[in-house]
Amino acid sequence: MTRNVWITAAVISFAGAAFAQEHVATLRSGTPLADNAEPPAIAKVVNSDLRQVRNYPEQPPLIPHKIDGYQIDLNANQCMQCHSRTAVEVSQAPMISITHFMSRDNQFLASVTPRRYFCNQCHVVQVEARALVENGFVDIDSVLEYVEQNQGSSD
Amino acid sequence: MFGFLRKLWGTIRRPSVHYSLGGLTMGGFIMGVIFWGGFNTALELTNTETFCTGCHEMRDNVFAELKTTIHYSNRSGVRATCPDCHVPHEWTPKIARKMQASKEVWGKIFGTINTREKFLERRLDLAQHEWARLKANDSLECRNCHSAESMDITRQSPRAADFHERLLFTGEKTCIDCHKGIAHELPNMKEAMLEGSVVLSSAQAAASDDLHDYLNQHAQP
Ligand code: HEC
Ligand code: HEC
Ligand code: HEC
Ligand code: HEC
Ligand code: HEC
Ligand code: HEC
Repeated sequence: MTRNVWITAAVISFAGAAFAQEHVATLRSGTPLADNAEPPAIAKVVNSDLRQVRNYPEQPPLIPHKIDGYQIDLNANQCMQCHSRTAVEVSQAPMISITHFMSRDNQFLASVTPRRYFCNQCHVVQVEARALVENGFVDIDSVLEYVEQNQGSSD
Repeated sequence: MFGFLRKLWGTIRRPSVHYSLGGLTMGGFIMGVIFWGGFNTALELTNTETFCTGCHEMRDNVFAELKTTIHYSNRSGVRATCPDCHVPHEWTPKIARKMQASKEVWGKIFGTINTREKFLERRLDLAQHEWARLKANDSLECRNCHSAESMDITRQSPRAADFHERLLFTGEKTCIDCHKGIAHELPNMKEAMLEGSVVLSSAQAAASDDLHDYLNQHAQP
């Protein structure tokens, strides 16, 4: 009998805790502090080799291929093995654009400028995963279309 | 086999650039012929990763780096060990390789790479030896596991399929031309390029030659 009371009490307190946590969004998502949550599966990197839409002209294009193990350090930059000026003949990859050769003073250097050496600062791969937060970004074309359609009424 | 013997004889007769190995090599070879079986067993013993990583030079540098790569751990559970990539499996090149290995024992004695700094300093040279070897044998060790014939490029990513179809299957390039640094970190590639051991395109090769000529003419101290 006392055992059942204890179990009921435990169940109620757990349910209470769970209820309370439901309303607080945390990265731990309800895992007690002392425990380790089961990590989510590692999402697969998109390796379609299809260049993706740029959301605005200044956007560093997304990398459409996997970059596992591509070394970028003082010794080597493996991205340049395909994207450097001289490599594109063999690789048939797009060359780093002229902006990548420009120093701070807008001088064109012989090769990639130091401030663009670490490609992953700006270019990233994509994974097949659900977005963690909703994104309300609207493409400029849609904005223009919207403005055009509503021009008569708004003027 | 006769071609090999003739070549070997040539190697032994030619005065060694580094040190006299002729006597040692000859003795080793004769012993090898006599104790063929025993020699083979000894080779098997030294043909293990445990043997290679017995030296801290190998364990702390190249082995540590290998551990993060696909050849150490992958979804298939098939592993490549040091001798898979570095010691040919066939008899004849195997012996030749072992003879070269005695140089490594020298290295140990003279401590050419017994600190991380010394290793990094020397890394480009060591890597270049490996690249030259794999280039010369058409990436034999890679092909022991990966064969171009069994490669189903329709199952590869378009980028991989394109490279393999255009340049591998046509025999224009071999694995190591494109897959450097697959198992360990790369040495200074800018130096490698200047020295001509890494070439991306014919235009670059020409440019590099021109540059060398220019530097030779103008950069005398
Ligand atoms: C083996 C050659 C190779 C290597 C190495 C390589 N790329 Fe690529 N990259 C390509 C090719 C080819 C394309 C064209 C699309 C495709 O086939 O994936 C491409 C496309 C891209 C694009 C898209 C360009 C656009 O206009 O949409 C970006 C960005 C990019 N790569 C960045 C990188 C970065 C950063 C690295 C290093 C981490 C890298 N690449 C390493 C071959 C390579
Ligand atoms: C500071 C941010 C930044 C860094 C670092 C950077 N990029 Fe970019 N990259 C951009 C932007 C922005 C664009 C698009 C506009 C442009 O071309 O400048 C771009 C465009 C590209 C393109 C497409 C060019 C074309 O003509 O389609 C490639 C390929 C590329 N980058 C590769 C690289 C590689 C390889 C590196 C590393 C050596 C690198 N980028 C480093 C910002 C960066
Ligand atoms: C006695 C300690 C020791 C052992 C055991 C050892 N190595 Fe080495 N290894 C060295 C040293 C020292 C060097 C550097 C030699 C030099 O400076 O030229 C070296 C160099 C190398 C190189 C570069 C070769 C070159 O041509 O420049 C390779 C590849 C290599 N070792 C692979 C292996 C493999 C594979 C094994 C196991 C079969 C192994 N090593 C076992 C100490 C060792
Ligand atoms: C999948 C093949 C592969 C495996 C496995 C492998 N190596 Fe290598 N190793 C290479 C290649 C290729 C190079 C040439 C340099 C490069 O491309 O990184 C190299 C270079 C080296 C060098 C010269 C220094 C350098 O980093 O360039 C040493 C020493 C060496 N390997 C030792 C080892 C030892 C010891 C092991 C086992 C712990 C091992 N390797 C496992 C492929 C392999
Ligand atoms: C002992 C057998 C063995 C040897 C020798 C070997 N590999 Fe591999 N290699 C593998 C296995 C196993 C995989 C992982 C396959 C998988 O699970 O996708 C692999 C994967 C690869 C990949 C794919 C990497 C990726 O990110 O998907 C490349 C590239 C590669 N090897 C190149 C080489 C080269 C170059 C050499 C010669 C220096 C070599 N391999 C020697 C067994 C070997
Ligand atoms: C002309 C350059 C080139 C040559 C030669 C070459 N490869 Fe590749 N390989 C690539 C590129 C580029 C990729 C895709 C990008 C990457 O994995 O870095 C690739 C990918 C791979 C993959 C992974 C396939 C996938 O779908 O991800 C394996 C395995 C592989 N190569 C093995 C080999 C072997 C073994 C040889 C020699 C018999 C070889 N390659 C020769 C350029 C080359």
